[in-house]
Amino acid sequence: MATTVVPTGSTTRPAATRQPAARRLRDEATGRGVVGTLLLYAMLLILSVLILAPLLWMLSTSFKTTGDATALPPEWIPPTPTVEGYTRLFADAQAPLLRWLGNSVLVGVLHTVLVLATASAAAYPLARMRFPGRRLIFALIIATLFVPGFVFLMPNYLIVDGLGWLDSVWALVVPGAASAFGVFFLVQFFQSLPAELEEAALIDGANRWQIFVRVVLPLSRAPLATLGLLSFLGSWNDFLWPLYVLFNPEQLTLPAGLATLRGAYATDFPAVMAGAAIASVPVLILFAFVQRYVIAGVARSGLKG
Amino acid sequence: MTATAVRATTTAAVATTAVSPSRPRPWTPYLFLAPFLLIFGTFVLVPAVSGLWMSLHNWDFFLPDRPFVGLQNYVDLFTPDALVAQQFWESMRATGLFVVLSVPLLMAIPLGLALLLNQRFRGRTFFRAVFFAPYVLGVSVVGLLWQYLLNGNTGLVNGYLAELGVTEAVPWLTATPWVWVSLVGVTVWWTMGFNSVVYLAGLQNVDEALYDAAKVDGANRWQQLVHVTIPQLRPVILFVLTMTVLASANMFGQSYLLTAGNPSNETRTAIMFIAEVGLEQFRMGLAAAMSYLLALLLIAVSALNFLFLRQKES
Repeated sequence: MATTVVPTGSTTRPAATRQPAARRLRDEATGRGVVGTLLLYAMLLILSVLILAPLLWMLSTSFKTTGDATALPPEWIPPTPTVEGYTRLFADAQAPLLRWLGNSVLVGVLHTVLVLATASAAAYPLARMRFPGRRLIFALIIATLFVPGFVFLMPNYLIVDGLGWLDSVWALVVPGAASAFGVFFLVQFFQSLPAELEEAALIDGANRWQIFVRVVLPLSRAPLATLGLLSFLGSWNDFLWPLYVLFNPEQLTLPAGLATLRGAYATDFPAVMAGAAIASVPVLILFAFVQRYVIAGVARSGLKG
Repeated sequence: MTATAVRATTTAAVATTAVSPSRPRPWTPYLFLAPFLLIFGTFVLVPAVSGLWMSLHNWDFFLPDRPFVGLQNYVDLFTPDALVAQQFWESMRATGLFVVLSVPLLMAIPLGLALLLNQRFRGRTFFRAVFFAPYVLGVSVVGLLWQYLLNGNTGLVNGYLAELGVTEAVPWLTATPWVWVSLVGVTVWWTMGFNSVVYLAGLQNVDEALYDAAKVDGANRWQQLVHVTIPQLRPVILFVLTMTVLASANMFGQSYLLTAGNPSNETRTAIMFIAEVGLEQFRMGLAAAMSYLLALLLIAVSALNFLFLRQKES
């Protein structure tokens, strides 16, 4: 909610379009020989180990016995591999992990769909039509970009309570779905589209809705994917709000649910790490497949937004 | 609002006679906007105003009477001997300290990573993904994981320190200054990939010709960084700075999960305290007042960032 953006006036230029001559010149000039390359890879490798080792330790511990989990010196390969951490967790009715995973996916998907539908429909007239109130509406949307999200915490709690949405998925799906950033981002993109296509469709007798659905949206796959991924990631990682608006163990999302494990399994590290592994392995696998788009989306949100 | 409504109806009367291709039916834009405005109005505009209204009342969730108290909630926060003022400013101090400690590292380290990743080498995409990966885990996994790794008695970090001959266990999560090292370190580990990716996109926009020109002038790599890369990156740096300051000022999950605000509330951040007062003790008027105070401060800081970096540019 509290995303701030600055226009840069420049657009991303893929590295591939650079002049080959310039590249050669640069390589010669930087003079990265064998030693330089080795040094570069050494640094990359050290950093990767620092990033990945904690995750490997999490996986390793989740397959250990409680005793082995705290044994010193640290053992990276479980001396007596076991899935007891997982079975203890799955036997606990207070910790329905798969339910939490399902809730998180459901909330993330519904939230993302709602953000994309409302933001794109709102951005289209703001980008392409003249109507009374347009400037006022756009100014209000931009102004909220600079207001930190926690300002809405107390009143929204009451509004959600008034709607009877406490302890339900709707409390997580709807309130954050009015994405000022999304509208701003899509208005900029829609304005960059050539108007000729839409004009041609108008002359062919299409109405505005048909143009929006059949011409504008199909041309906007990339920015919609960016906004969708960012919205999903935001919803998936949301921590404070679900912690306070959800109560029943069955209703929790993963972040809120995992927080309850901290108290209940304070010293049962294999069980806690099993929970952390179940929460992170599916995301990491998904990320491995879509990382290109996630990273492009994050990069784009900074540059174009 | 009424003026626009009147204008809307007059245009409506004119437009129904002839609908030109460039001019939609008068209600069309509002139909497109309606779903967004419904959610935006209910959960953004109404709360922005009703939050202010709450902050002017002794607004307790469980009380039938919520009397108007004017600016009393704000005055309480500035009354030095009031307990709530002491706790609030202690939490503001924690947030401020976290911002001051984390922002420089979250600006510098990701820039270094981005410069590293901006070189040409095999496996660039792979390493970029590895550096970004912790960010997708979310604060809850990160909190659980590091709570275990930094555990004073049985954690991996102290385990290896013991191997290296550090006999006294470091109280990473229970005593200052170690708690701050932990909170900042974990945050850097978690989010540095995000900032790197934003920087990297900025680096790829820098005109190669500028480097060539600098080289012709005999600039070494450090001079190229200072005189070409950083000035060219200024808008991106401003963006990352504003975003990072806001994110650090919003810090909640790391403290909640790793230190639970300990030792003796020293790492209880402003957001954590606001949530406690408003959503655990349900003194929501007071919590709303604190939110508005913090928000004003943050908006001022963002504006200053903006002005400062804009000024340096010209």
